[in-house]
Amino acid sequence: MDHHTILEMRSITKEFPGVKALADVSLTVSAGEIHAICGENGAGKSTLMKVLSGVYPHGDYQGSIVFQGEEVRFRDIRSSEAAGIVIIHQELALIPELSIAENIFLGNEPTRFGVIDWDQINSSTLELMARVGLSEDPTTKIKDIGVGKQQLVEIAKALSKSVKLLILDEPTAALNESDSQHLLDLMAGLRAKGITCIMISHKLNEIEQIADSITIIRDGRTIETLHVRNDGVDEDRIIRGMVGRSLDSRFPDHTPNIGETFFEVRDWTVGHPSVADRLVCKGSNFHVRRGEVVGFAGLMGAGRTELARSIFGRSYGNFKSGRIFKDGKEVVLKSVPQAIDHGLAYVTEDRKSLGLNLLDDIKATTVSANLRKITNGLVVDRDQEFTVAEQYRKSLRTKTPSVNEGISKLSGGNQQKVVLAKWMFTDPDLLILDEPTRGIDVGAKFEIYGIIQKLADQGKGVIVISSELPELLGLSDRIYTIFEGAITGELARGEANQESLMRLMTASRKSA
Amino acid sequence: MNSLKKLFGGNTRQFGMIFALIALVVFFQWQTGGKTLTSANMMNLFNGNSYILILAIGMVLVIIAGHIDLSVGSIAAFAGIVVAITIRDWGIPWYLGIVVGLLLGALIGAWQGFWVAYVGIPAFIVTLAGMLLFRGANQFVGKSNTVPVPREFQYIGSGYLPEVGPATGYNNLTLLLGFFLVGVVIYNELKLRRRLQRVGAETTEAWVSVLKLVLVSAAILYATYLFATGRPGTSFPVPGLILGVLVIIYGFISNKTITGRHVYAVGGNRHAAELSGVKSKRVNFLVMMNMSILAALAGMIFVGRSTASGPFDGVGWELDAIAAVFIGGAAVTGGVGTVVGSIIGGLVMAVLNNGLQLLGIGADMTQIIKGLVLLIAVAFDVYNKSQGKPSITGLLTRNFGNRPRSGPPAAAQQPAPAEQGVGTKGIISHDV
Repeated sequence: MDHHTILEMRSITKEFPGVKALADVSLTVSAGEIHAICGENGAGKSTLMKVLSGVYPHGDYQGSIVFQGEEVRFRDIRSSEAAGIVIIHQELALIPELSIAENIFLGNEPTRFGVIDWDQINSSTLELMARVGLSEDPTTKIKDIGVGKQQLVEIAKALSKSVKLLILDEPTAALNESDSQHLLDLMAGLRAKGITCIMISHKLNEIEQIADSITIIRDGRTIETLHVRNDGVDEDRIIRGMVGRSLDSRFPDHTPNIGETFFEVRDWTVGHPSVADRLVCKGSNFHVRRGEVVGFAGLMGAGRTELARSIFGRSYGNFKSGRIFKDGKEVVLKSVPQAIDHGLAYVTEDRKSLGLNLLDDIKATTVSANLRKITNGLVVDRDQEFTVAEQYRKSLRTKTPSVNEGISKLSGGNQQKVVLAKWMFTDPDLLILDEPTRGIDVGAKFEIYGIIQKLADQGKGVIVISSELPELLGLSDRIYTIFEGAITGELARGEANQESLMRLMTASRKSA
Repeated sequence: MNSLKKLFGGNTRQFGMIFALIALVVFFQWQTGGKTLTSANMMNLFNGNSYILILAIGMVLVIIAGHIDLSVGSIAAFAGIVVAITIRDWGIPWYLGIVVGLLLGALIGAWQGFWVAYVGIPAFIVTLAGMLLFRGANQFVGKSNTVPVPREFQYIGSGYLPEVGPATGYNNLTLLLGFFLVGVVIYNELKLRRRLQRVGAETTEAWVSVLKLVLVSAAILYATYLFATGRPGTSFPVPGLILGVLVIIYGFISNKTITGRHVYAVGGNRHAAELSGVKSKRVNFLVMMNMSILAALAGMIFVGRSTASGPFDGVGWELDAIAAVFIGGAAVTGGVGTVVGSIIGGLVMAVLNNGLQLLGIGADMTQIIKGLVLLIAVAFDVYNKSQGKPSITGLLTRNFGNRPRSGPPAAAQQPAPAEQGVGTKGIISHDV
């Protein structure tokens, strides 16, 4: 294999308002290799790839990119594609109602005298599809083929642009075993033809199987680059690199006071809302005790949110089977209002699109999940609304000039406090907090941890779903791990550490 | 300028829409040489527009919930013909006729609500179909003929408050109504001040309240005078009264009840509302059903006014109602809008229409001007949002009925990639 360098990203720094997403990251990729990029969620992998593919144009970041020996300054995706760099995002950029051929040549249609040359499109498509091992009619609509084949269409599209460097962001996340294997084989085939691949993946076994070198990114910094053949890399080695950070005292001091089990879920099985035979929860069993903070660890797409939302009044997916017991009695929660009535609360990971009405103000949001409590007969009592909101503003220390302020004017941390207030006002027994500190700065995180612990001290059960392992380890009295919809482990506070969790979360073959 | 702001509760925007309306009235009063503010013209304005304004009440709820209703004109016409025929052929009394009309409206509304809420077909499609369906039903039932309604029924469309009590030279009921309204306005202001003091919020100075009350009362009393001194037999029109009652009821529902809150919640963010325990399907069903009931009522009032139901009643009403709602500050994407704002939006259109007619400007130019006013009003709004400033019409009307809606939706849509720290309140604050 030819070992000259095709790509070098030097000291890339990219800042968002208030957050340094990438700090002095460097990446060197040799021509004709498969280069994996590993890191926890939010480590900066996708940001780095967006810098490389021109999503963030030159000038938006610091540092330089050298591609095939020349410094390049991409203005947009088109200019990076012109240079031969094509990125395939996790969410496929295909148009479901158009055919395979139309999608492959979208924005790049060959014409004769200004008219689209369909014969050429179809024959070129056949040729491209043969290269990726796809046998379909080029006129088949994208929506009529499976996700695995759609992925192949994306690659064919990249090949049509004479790609030199192909970037795949979580290419197998949505694929089943055999489709994944086909894709990995295809990548190996592309490598043999001299196409360089960068691959972002959480599936360490795949990386171990196919990658030539691995760059590990953590907290927006390059940690190390491993050469699979020389360095004797295995999954443990990668995990150590991904999580190797110390747990500093970022959590308020707390002594848990754990009572008896009051909430239990048995054999919880839920189907995907639109894909008929895909299960998002596979026979999950878990329980929560009073005063206990229970963590749920899993990589993105593992089914944590799906599990939480399906329990919260079946607000996600197709319920298949399973039972919920609360205080020793079986309860059936078929709708969100029922779940709320039974003392459940769910704080979503997606504050902006699922958690808040951004048109509303703080006081209206605070009472919105329990309007009945402040309604006398017909009338919603505005004085009480104001008083309640004011009370939570003070006790949670929400930073705002007044509770009349619009939600959209608050920072993420303060928005999250309002969401917490909203659910605390429903006086729940069990709070499910899905990524409660996503997009929140360190100071506000500390305060939110304090709120969570206080809730537990009041005898409530708290479930915390988080992608940040240090957060889970710091907060939880017990942690469940989820992988591909199934609960793969349960660790008590003393047993859990980042390595053991990561192993269970990636369902590594060497499971603890 | 500062004292002006103080005068209007520290929020000039709140009254901006009313200013626009007043400016329009003053302009036409001046241009028509005093023909605008006369008893006859005011009654005419109310009689001729009350049914559109009633539609606007229902329409604003539909639009807040994130839908649209194109079928209201056809439903109004269908309800009108059915009522006219049942009264004529079955000999039922006029008040039962009204009940029949409202029940029919509810039935039609349930039909449309079913498709929108429970089957999930976009309201645009359902009501476009309804527009054809019920127009056809009107012409089928009425055999494309005109069917007259009895004199008693005409009262709801063209009646006036009756003469009662001693001969004061004015219409006594109208006077009482005017005085009552002034009383309510004063009482509300006092209550608001007391409430604000109790919860410890900032109150305005006393003179501001007094001056505000004086101005508002003067306006009400002047209107009372106009309506009470019309030619004999006229006074405050019954359709105006119905409209007033509906504004109060729906203002109350949208501001002060759980159902009203849920309409805003569903329109603002349906998923978030559902995850907060709002039954969004039921909300959607109710707003669509309510719209059809109000459409039936509007149709009956129109029939009462024109003394007969015809095959082309209500053509184009949906567009007038929708225009009123958007001029009144509602957002196409839902979640924003007020009942009072829509009424003011409708009045702006009505005054424009009326004034241009009085000036002898033809229907052609009137339509062109109305079209431009709608476009410019909303364009101004959109421009302001894109500049990161608050939506003018939205804010102008947002505080009516005590329901402060929050800041600009545009700000919410701007990408906020990450935590902005604690200092954001200074950055995006628009309050000057």
